[in-house]
Amino acid sequence: MMTSSSTSRGAAIRLARCAKTFADGTRALEPLDLSIEAGETLVLLGPSGCGKTTTLRIIAGLEAPDAGGTVTFDGVDVTRLPIEKRHVGMVFQSYALFPNMSVVENVAYGLRVRGIAKAERLRSAAEVLEMMRIAPLAARRIDQLSGGQRQRVALARALAVRPRAILLDEPLTALDAALREHLRTEIDALLRSLAITAIYVTHDQAEALALGDRIVVMRQGAIAQIGTPREVYFQPADAFVAGFVGTTNRLDGSRRDGRFETAAGAIAHAGADSAKTALAFRPESARICRPEEAPLRFTVTQVHFLGPRQRVVLTAGDTRIIVEAGPQEPLFVGDVVGLILDPSCLVPI
Amino acid sequence: MGTNPLVFAFQLLVTLIAAAFLVVPAVTSILAGVTVNYFQGVRSGLTLDWVAQVWGLYAPTIFRSIALALGTLAVTLLIGVPAAWALVRKPGRLTRLVEEIVTLPVAIPGLALALALILAYGGIRAFRASDAFILVGHVLYTLPFMLRAVMAVLAAVDVRTLEEGAASLGASPWQRFIQVVVPAARPGILAGSLMVVTLSIGEFNLTWMLHTPLTPTLPVGLADSYASMRLEIASAYTLVFFLMIVPLLLAIQFAGRDRRATDRKARP
Repeated sequence: MMTSSSTSRGAAIRLARCAKTFADGTRALEPLDLSIEAGETLVLLGPSGCGKTTTLRIIAGLEAPDAGGTVTFDGVDVTRLPIEKRHVGMVFQSYALFPNMSVVENVAYGLRVRGIAKAERLRSAAEVLEMMRIAPLAARRIDQLSGGQRQRVALARALAVRPRAILLDEPLTALDAALREHLRTEIDALLRSLAITAIYVTHDQAEALALGDRIVVMRQGAIAQIGTPREVYFQPADAFVAGFVGTTNRLDGSRRDGRFETAAGAIAHAGADSAKTALAFRPESARICRPEEAPLRFTVTQVHFLGPRQRVVLTAGDTRIIVEAGPQEPLFVGDVVGLILDPSCLVPI
Repeated sequence: MGTNPLVFAFQLLVTLIAAAFLVVPAVTSILAGVTVNYFQGVRSGLTLDWVAQVWGLYAPTIFRSIALALGTLAVTLLIGVPAAWALVRKPGRLTRLVEEIVTLPVAIPGLALALALILAYGGIRAFRASDAFILVGHVLYTLPFMLRAVMAVLAAVDVRTLEEGAASLGASPWQRFIQVVVPAARPGILAGSLMVVTLSIGEFNLTWMLHTPLTPTLPVGLADSYASMRLEIASAYTLVFFLMIVPLLLAIQFAGRDRRATDRKARP
């Protein structure tokens, strides 16, 4: 049964030298190598136009890579196979549900084109609907469903054919924030319980961090960094990755005798690379304290009370950073505060 | 809700004008077809003799027209729906050019189009003398209407993504076309079909040139009866025309009825 499977049912996917140039000469993707392990959830993250959707479509078989590029599933070359022969499940941002079919007919469609008898395919579809907890919707028409229900149906339809990999193209982008977070948790649990190879395209870093076993950050048709969510978050490869994933503070300064001198004061930091003249850190790597307790001093310029915490904007000269504080800490605009940085979380950039 | 008397007066005026130019002439014409003597008016009595005479004289013409309309519909469906699919799938300069060329016969006067057809293929006697010659003209003239109606619907439902969804589930191009594209295009196919059938049955311009004395159609016969017979017969002809075309249009509407609309009504 689909729900009780714990061993991996997914394919290992490998892209080698896959580039994509469109007919009008636009280079959507630089030659790219990528391997996805069986059962892994890989997130392709980046701003629009970074090549993440093109990469997904090459894996799906909806686009062919430029000559020389190859796509293999479990070591078998599938570069020339069209999508209908690759046995992948696909979920689209616009859902792409068939308006002329009911929910259960949509979910059973993949089994129908495989020539499976009606009674059997309806039973299989009902099982998947049960798993997605949308069984009561089976007889509904697509135009009677909400956005969240549609996306569940789309996911059920893709999973019903037991694909070798499931490919999700911005599946939650069309939904509102609360529903997005709810469905994200659900999709995460589902992908993990099925242990299916999943490739998930998004421009939302929160989604990427929450869902991915690994994240591929892409920029202008090339890979900027591949790593686990923690690696990408805490050790961003460059300023682009640091800026794209999470909130990042940038502290400009210069090095002298093992010290890093900034507009707010000097701290001890033994950086090997003196070419890099800035340190990056996350808001949660810094702690506000009394001014005499730390070498760095800032002036509070904005305080946002968010409930469980406060978001505080600090300035010193031209330097402007964002840090977080507990909800009870008495902080007021104009206060001078000290700042303690966790040395292990400082990234020279 | 209070109605502005000025708005009411305007609505009444529009309704009366519509009635005066749409309903009154139709009723007058139908009435003339069942009047014993039109010049004496309805006082002379009502009769079905004229209708019977029209039927006796023109029944084969009427059946030819219906067959031609259905034939034109079949050809435009077979060509138009796949062509619309292809044009929507790959939008570009070439497809726009194809669309323009296909639309051209609507802009060119029917007489010129017919003349061109006769010049090019009139020499093939068997073809020139057959109903197929008229069929070709009607297809040329009505195809853009089918094409545009289907293209508009396919573009609105984002058929490319629907098709990609079907393909990802393993559907072959043929299965995609029959099971996903055609049902998605259904409202466009219905609208296009209504256009094609009504245009083909009423078409006079082209047909006047393309027909032979042995292959007249309804409008050509109508012109003939107006020109050469009593006004009552011509009017009875109009009545027969109505009786033929109204059930046909209703049948197409019924066949293409949107299932979703009826289901929505049944929804709790």
